[in-house]
Amino acid sequence: MAAAGLAAGAFAAGRATAAEGTPTSGREDAFAFRGAHQAGITTPAQDRLHFAAFDVTTGSRAQLIALLKAWTDAADRMTQGLPAGDVGPTDGPVDLPPDDTGEAIGLSASGLTITFGLGPTLFRDAHGRDRFGIADRQPAALRALPHFPADVLDPEKSGGDLCVQACADDPQVAVHAIRNLARLGFGTVAVRWSQLGFGRTSTTSTSQSTPRNLFGFKDGTANIKAEETDAVERQVWVAPDDDARAGWLVGGSYLVTRRINMTIEVWDRQPLGDQEEFVGRTKASGAPLSGGTEFSEPDFTMPGSQGPVIPRDAHVRVVHPDSHGGARMLRRGYNFVDGSDALGGLNAGLFFIAFVRDPDTQFIPIQNAMAKSDALMEYLKVTGSALFAAPPGAAAGEYVGQALFEA
Amino acid sequence: MRKTVIVALVVAVPLLAACTENTRGDDSDSGDARTVAVTSTDEGCELSAVDAPSGTLTFDVTNEGSQVTEFYLLGDDGLRIVGEVENIGPQLSRELVVNAPAGTYVTACKPGMKGDGIRADFTVSKSGDEPAVSADDQQLVDQALQNYQAYVQDQSDQLVAKTEQFVELYESGQDDEARALYPDARVHWERIETVAESFGDLDPMMDAREADLEEGQEWTGWHRIEKDLWPPAAGYTPLTDEARATYAEDLMTNTETLDKRVQKLTYTVDQIANGSRGLLEEVATGKVTGEEEIWSHTDLWDFQANVDGARVAYEGVQPIVEQKDAELATTLTERFAALQTLLDAQKTDTGFTYYDELSQDEVQQLSNAVNALSEPLSQLTAAVLS
Repeated sequence: MAAAGLAAGAFAAGRATAAEGTPTSGREDAFAFRGAHQAGITTPAQDRLHFAAFDVTTGSRAQLIALLKAWTDAADRMTQGLPAGDVGPTDGPVDLPPDDTGEAIGLSASGLTITFGLGPTLFRDAHGRDRFGIADRQPAALRALPHFPADVLDPEKSGGDLCVQACADDPQVAVHAIRNLARLGFGTVAVRWSQLGFGRTSTTSTSQSTPRNLFGFKDGTANIKAEETDAVERQVWVAPDDDARAGWLVGGSYLVTRRINMTIEVWDRQPLGDQEEFVGRTKASGAPLSGGTEFSEPDFTMPGSQGPVIPRDAHVRVVHPDSHGGARMLRRGYNFVDGSDALGGLNAGLFFIAFVRDPDTQFIPIQNAMAKSDALMEYLKVTGSALFAAPPGAAAGEYVGQALFEA
Repeated sequence: MRKTVIVALVVAVPLLAACTENTRGDDSDSGDARTVAVTSTDEGCELSAVDAPSGTLTFDVTNEGSQVTEFYLLGDDGLRIVGEVENIGPQLSRELVVNAPAGTYVTACKPGMKGDGIRADFTVSKSGDEPAVSADDQQLVDQALQNYQAYVQDQSDQLVAKTEQFVELYESGQDDEARALYPDARVHWERIETVAESFGDLDPMMDAREADLEEGQEWTGWHRIEKDLWPPAAGYTPLTDEARATYAEDLMTNTETLDKRVQKLTYTVDQIANGSRGLLEEVATGKVTGEEEIWSHTDLWDFQANVDGARVAYEGVQPIVEQKDAELATTLTERFAALQTLLDAQKTDTGFTYYDELSQDEVQQLSNAVNALSEPLSQLTAAVLS
C-alpha cells in the first residue's frame, strides 16, 4: 500500500480508450457519469475524497431499485456541475426544503466522479438469507474479507451494504455529493460510516505527478495507470468468463477499502536511513534503493553490506508483483486526518482504496504477505475494512446496477 | 426549525384558494395574462395589470422601497386573505402563486408591514380554467382545525391535572410515587410541545434543561425537579422542603398560565402541518440522543409523546394530503407505522425501556426510522397548501 506499492511494471504509453477517463465536451472539469465503466476508477485521481458506506434499512426490492435510480439521476446531474435535484437550491417554493442543499452554488463540477458499489451483505444477511432476491447472483469473490494479522477493525468503520465514492478537486463538491445522496436515501438506507480524504496518494494517469503519503514518501509510483490499457483490461475489469453467477458485473470491478491508521509520531522518530529501508525506496526521489530514478525497476538481488540492498522486509519487495504472480491493483487512496486522539496523537493515515478484477488473487494474498512480513506494519494499524462490487457503468436511460436486478 | 409564535389568531385561514409563495417559479408562463408584476415602494403599489383571467395567478412582487413589505390578495370584502407573501426585504423579489376563481378582489402592498396597506381593486374574469375548489376541501380544512384544537385543549387539561398530582407527591416527599408519575405527566407536555414552546416566556421556565441555561439564569421547571428526584451519585445537595415547595408551586402556576393561553388558541392548517414536522425535530435533536431526560432516562416516554402529537397532527390533515399528494400520504402513513413498531418493541409494564438501557444498535434503528419519517414530513406543509 504505502510508498512503493506494487512496483513498476513496464507500462505501455498509450491513450485511455475508456470514456470515463476523458473530460466531457463543454465543461473542462466535468467527467461523463455514464459509459461502459463507472467513472472514478481510471479517471485521473482527484485531490479530495468523501467516501460513504450505507446500510439498507428497507426489505423492499422496489424501494432499493427506486433509490438506485434516484442516485443515478442525481449523480449524473452533480457530476456535470448541476444541482442534485431539477429545481435547485434556491429556485423552489419557500415552503419546501430545497432539493439541493446549496453549498456547491458557484462551484464548478471540479472533476467530481461518483462511483457506486454493492457489499456482500446486500445479497445475504448475517443469517445467509436472500434479502432482495439476488443471492443467486452474489459473485463468489464478494464476501467478507478474512481477518488479517494486525487488523483491529472497528465494526462501525467497516463493511456496508452499499458504498459511494465521491472524488473531486474541491472538497466542498465531494462533501456536497455525499450529503445530497444520503438525503435522497433516508428511509431506504442509513449511513453506516463515512471517510474524508484530503489528499490523493495515488496517480491513475501518467499525466499526474506522484503524490506523497503521510509517511512523507512518494506513493503509487507503480500503480496501474489508465494509459496501460492492457493492464487495466487484465487486472481491473471483471471479464465475461470470470464468474458464471456474476454476468451483471462484467465491465465492473471489485473495490477494496482499508482505513489504515499510521502511528505518525513514532514514525517521525525513525532515522531517515531506517525509513528508506522500511520502504525500499529513497525518500527524496522515490528511486528504489537498488538505484536509478523513481520509475526504475527495483533489483532485489543487488547485494548490500548486510544482505540485499533492498532489505527482505522492505515494503517494495513484499508487495511486488513478482512475489505475487504478477498481480497488481489500481489504487486510488487518500491521506486522512480525523483530528487528534485522546493522547494528542494525530488520528491519521491512509484511506486505502483499490480496484481489482479478483480480490482472491490480487488483494488477499498481498495483504497477508504484507501483514506477515512487511517492515512498515510496525507503524500501521488497520481500523476499517470493506469489500464492494462496483457494477459496470450505466448507459443512457439505465441506472447503476440495473443488470443485477433486471437482466 | 424556526419557532413561530402562535398567539390568538387574527388572520383568516387562507387555504380555500390554496396558495404557495415562490422565490422564483418556473418561468414558463411569464409574460402571460396570469402573471402580474407588482412593484412595492414606500408610498406606492404598482401592478402591471388590474385584471387577469381566472386560474393559477402569479404575482411577482419586487420591493423597491426602503422598508420590509408584504403583499396581499384579499377577497372583495377586503378582509378575507386569499394569498399573501410576507417579509420581502428592500431590493428583493418574491412570488405569490395563487388559484383564483372569477370575482373581484383587493390587492394590498404593506410597506413597513403596518396599517391597511396601499390597496387597489383587482378583477379576475371567468376563463375556461376555473380552479377546482370544492366545498369538500373547505370542509376537510375546517374539520382538521376543529379536531386539532380539541386535541390540544384536551392534552392541556390533562397536563394540568397530572401536574397537580405530581407536585403534590413531590412536595410531600413521596418520591417513589413522584418518580413514577413524572414521565406520565410529561407525556401531555410533549404531545403539544411545539404549541407549548411557542410561548417564549413560559417554555424556559418550565422545560429548560441544565445545559440550556445561561450563566446566572435561574433553573426552574420539570428538569430542575427531575434532577432532585434522580440525583447524581456525588456532589449534589438535595433541595430543602422549602425549596421543593417553591419549585413545585412555580411549575404549577406556569402550567395553569399555559393552559389558559392554550384554551384560547386557534390554528391554521399549515401550523398544524408545521407542528407535526416540529415534533419530529424535537425527537431528532433531543430524545433520540438521550439529552432530554439526562437524570431520569425516561426519554422514550417523551419520544412516544412527540410521535403521538406528530401523528395526530398529520392524521388531521391526512385527507387533504391524500387529495393533493397521495404518494406522500402513503409514505408518511407507512413510516409512522414503522417508527411505532420500533417504539412498541421497547414498551414495558411500567412504560418504556430507560434510555441508558438501550443498546447502540437500538438507538441507531430508532434514529434511522426518525430520519426516514422526517424527510417526507418536511414536504407536508407545502403539500397541504398546494
